[in-house]
Amino acid sequence: MKRREGLAKLTGRERYVDDLRPSVDGRGRALWAATVRSSVARGRIRSVRFDPAIDWDAFVVVDHRDIPGRNVVKLIADDQPVLAADRVRHVHEPILLLAHPSRSALRRAVRAVTIDIEPESPIFDVCVPPTPEQVQHGTDHPHQEPGQENVFKRLAVDKGDVDAAFAAAAHIVDGTYATGSQEHVYLEPQGVIAHIEGEGDDDVVVVSGSMQCPFYVQGALMMALDREAERVRVVQTSTGGGFGGKEEFPSGLAIHAALLALKARRPVKLIYDRGEDLEASTKRHPSWVRHRTALDADGRLLAQDIDIVMDAGAYVTLSPVVLSRGVIHAAGPYRCANVRIRGRCVLSNRVPFGAFRGFGAPQTLFACERHMDRIAHQLGLDPVSLRRVNLLRDGDSTATSQTIRDGSDRSAVIDQALAMAGWYEKRAAHRAFNATEPWLRRGIGLAVFHHGAGFTGSGEVYLDSRVAVAGLPDGRVEVLTAATEMGQGTITVFTQLAADRLGLPPEDVLIAQPDTARVPDSGPTVASRTAMIVGRLVERACDDLRDRLGLGPEASSGDAVRRAIIAWHEDYARREQSSRDETRDGGVATSAPPLLGQARYQAPPGVLWDDERYRGDAYGAFAWATYVAEVEVDLRTYSARVIDFVAVQEIGKVLNEVLARGQIQGGVVQGIGWALSESFVWRDGAMANAQLTNYVIPTSDDVPSIRVAFQENPYPHGAQGAKGIGELPMDGPGPAIANAIAAALDVDPCEIPLTPETLMDLIDPIVDDASPLCDADPALNNRPSATEGAHGGLIGS
Amino acid sequence: MKLLLPSALDEALDMLAASEAIPMAGGTDLMVHWPQNLDAHSRTYVDLSRIDALRGYRLGADELVLGGATTYWDVIEDAAVCEAFPMLARAARQVGAIQIQTRGTWAGNIVNASPAADGVPVLMAYDASLELVSTRGTEIVALADFYRGYKQMRRTHDQLIRAIRLPRRSYTIEHFEKVGARKAQAITKVGFALTRSEVGWRVVANSVAPTVCRCPAVEEVLTSERTVSAPEGLLPALDQDIAPIDDLRSTAAYRRRVLARVLYACLAPLCPGFGPSKTASPIPPLAGPDEPDR
Repeated sequence: MKRREGLAKLTGRERYVDDLRPSVDGRGRALWAATVRSSVARGRIRSVRFDPAIDWDAFVVVDHRDIPGRNVVKLIADDQPVLAADRVRHVHEPILLLAHPSRSALRRAVRAVTIDIEPESPIFDVCVPPTPEQVQHGTDHPHQEPGQENVFKRLAVDKGDVDAAFAAAAHIVDGTYATGSQEHVYLEPQGVIAHIEGEGDDDVVVVSGSMQCPFYVQGALMMALDREAERVRVVQTSTGGGFGGKEEFPSGLAIHAALLALKARRPVKLIYDRGEDLEASTKRHPSWVRHRTALDADGRLLAQDIDIVMDAGAYVTLSPVVLSRGVIHAAGPYRCANVRIRGRCVLSNRVPFGAFRGFGAPQTLFACERHMDRIAHQLGLDPVSLRRVNLLRDGDSTATSQTIRDGSDRSAVIDQALAMAGWYEKRAAHRAFNATEPWLRRGIGLAVFHHGAGFTGSGEVYLDSRVAVAGLPDGRVEVLTAATEMGQGTITVFTQLAADRLGLPPEDVLIAQPDTARVPDSGPTVASRTAMIVGRLVERACDDLRDRLGLGPEASSGDAVRRAIIAWHEDYARREQSSRDETRDGGVATSAPPLLGQARYQAPPGVLWDDERYRGDAYGAFAWATYVAEVEVDLRTYSARVIDFVAVQEIGKVLNEVLARGQIQGGVVQGIGWALSESFVWRDGAMANAQLTNYVIPTSDDVPSIRVAFQENPYPHGAQGAKGIGELPMDGPGPAIANAIAAALDVDPCEIPLTPETLMDLIDPIVDDASPLCDADPALNNRPSATEGAHGGLIGS
Repeated sequence: MKLLLPSALDEALDMLAASEAIPMAGGTDLMVHWPQNLDAHSRTYVDLSRIDALRGYRLGADELVLGGATTYWDVIEDAAVCEAFPMLARAARQVGAIQIQTRGTWAGNIVNASPAADGVPVLMAYDASLELVSTRGTEIVALADFYRGYKQMRRTHDQLIRAIRLPRRSYTIEHFEKVGARKAQAITKVGFALTRSEVGWRVVANSVAPTVCRCPAVEEVLTSERTVSAPEGLLPALDQDIAPIDDLRSTAAYRRRVLARVLYACLAPLCPGFGPSKTASPIPPLAGPDEPDR
């Protein structure tokens, strides 16, 4: 089935939030909004001065005193202010809001506000213990242990007896790995429109905008505005990409626009331009992961000891959950009886980090899969053999002691990836190529990994997701969920699922626009859960609709379903009419209660999770994957280029081949950028290269053909057997590319991005400027213990 | 913003002479940060797009003359110009995407005076000279002498580039190289243009100094046919010619070393004095990985 909204997007007819004209309905022209931000990473606000040269009466000005409810953006910890009141914790933190009919007048006005901030000592490196005056979190514990300062969350996984296993090990391999931050670069920057409907105590704040999770935004508005759910309505507009960047971040934006609209009693449009979006929005958490691994003489894993540090930035946002997913994936898809994982996310005074596709797993899987290659190298083993020997088999358990018994042939995924990539042939060809080419080096690398779909542990139970499918009077059906389309294909896949389930043609299935006033809360559009979990609820709601119509689950064609829906409405209308005739109460026509099939989330039987000990069934299902990257490094410019990429995954069931392939290819491109070019220049904890000319995402010219293959082993609790795939492709490219570069150059890269500047230091670390005419380059084979030294000693402290 | 719309060159020159107005051709540099660049909003601009005298170009027997409003695309599209001066099209293709190439002008690239300009190195390596015109008269300045420092040049505010003149020579070597952070839509981190003709070597580098610059010390290494056995052998000469810095896009160390390497890799097959041998790399070949196959 073709993408339903595809043509509108291709032809430019689709309307995004910046294309919308806020409804004015007699309330005057809509206003543009702008945000006045901190220029200091940490400090106390002393004063706010308004340049008298500007006529401020023409502006709507909002500060923290205008917030009717709590001055927090509702999320896990409720620690992030909507608008800073007396202190700031990061550069670009919002302090003041302005609105005005003219955008350029606004830009001038933003510069005419001077905020005087007394600086305090900031933290930009979470691997260095804070000085006492740098402690900003965790000071309220009376018996605070050393190392607890500024730690937002700590997690521990324990399995078996790690110390005993190390004592008996034939080999012990250490490694420390670092990953950089990453910006989502959704095509459409952040933006919302707020307006007020009605008057007085019954007025309703309506926020429309680009977002992944309308009910998160509604909850945040209710808390900050001190309003009941009935008086806050949130509508998702057509969204040009999210990648996690529109999971929690739009909540703050929505509150800002709503505060201005409430004060102005006029519609307010708050749209970030690209520069502001890059500077002020959340990004991927930087990470440092140390592995210490015990192996027997044959390369079998005896024990994995893993320490994880993530920089959370200035506020908690979703960091504890990002850490959680990182911790759970850190040991890789391998069998190991003894595992110890320690993870912590730590406050810094950088712009807060937040949700990003993969959600912690790409960071820890980078470390795991790079470390597997290091182990293979140190033990003289083939990297493929090492992984095969240790790969999870049915009946084995993961680091959290989750027994895997899904019947998937994980080894077959590796086989297909190697065959498609021509792994062994290419390795031989590269040896010949590298021996004769003066300036080019080629290599091939792989990553074997997994990704758990849906919320972690009991998360899905707490979400308590609900979905409805309405039968309409004309016989069509409408699917009502909060799942958002942001380019990944929700509308198309839900159409397919409902059409298949009810036997209807796709054009008889409508998908409701996510609007908190109309749709049930089916949970956020995150965590690779939409097709698998919400899609399954769509199927069950379709079944419920059949039940209500008196049709059995298998019985009856689509025609019968359509006829039954129409008949139900006709019958209903007759009953209404006759009851009106009987009562003769003046004929007040009540709108017909909709014919609704409904479904509510039920955990698959036997899923057990212990959140205290971090043990048990972390995810209902894992997708399994092997990615292979082939790279070419140009020794003139030290730049690496991916020249071939193979992505093979077992994902339960492919619901829509084109969309699934697109998800994988898009994720791989995003992974290539993260691995090779998307590096940050940080200044005072904020992004200095906040321009798309200087923050380098790949162009179509920079990526090779990405060859994708799927294997299917249906998951009984996913829609049509599907498992989640949205985040999976983000996990593999980083380590596969780094491993390929390691093979090409015989170096041992421990961090990404591997920009040309980084590779130069890795390949030729010593610049001998003194010798004017040296005859040979410095030796290439430099294993960079220096890279480890940067952070290794402090991790786990 | 105030926009003046002269329809003839004299009219434009009068406007420039009478005010601090800024000439504007394709507008591509102005657009980059337009929403944020509030200072630029209050200035006066002189639009050059209606002036016939600046349009067009002429390939003669002795020289190529590019009018002051000639775009990159004009050159890309002209087979004869591409054949006579092949580096021009190669450089033009590296400027943004087609939309920019059809708007942006060679003269605009020169007077924007970015050290990373892609059009300027090839013009300079072809010994381009500029015909600067104002109400006070006409002046000819060699492009190689045009820049005085970062964004500083020998153009007074009332002068326009009426034409860029490139002498026709018989080139035995023409090479243009751009190192950016990606294959397209990139700003140069290191680059050079290099020619050899009857008047000798020209080596021009960009993004490694406050201006696009000739590299006379490197040219001297080539002219005197000195032996250079590895990329690092070019560094002493390069260090006299360039002054790279760390910025948002790269580091001074990277720029210096990579310029030496791309120059060396280009010259090694061309110059008898370069390299330990013609075919072998100065970098020792790697031993193959020793892991067993399966």
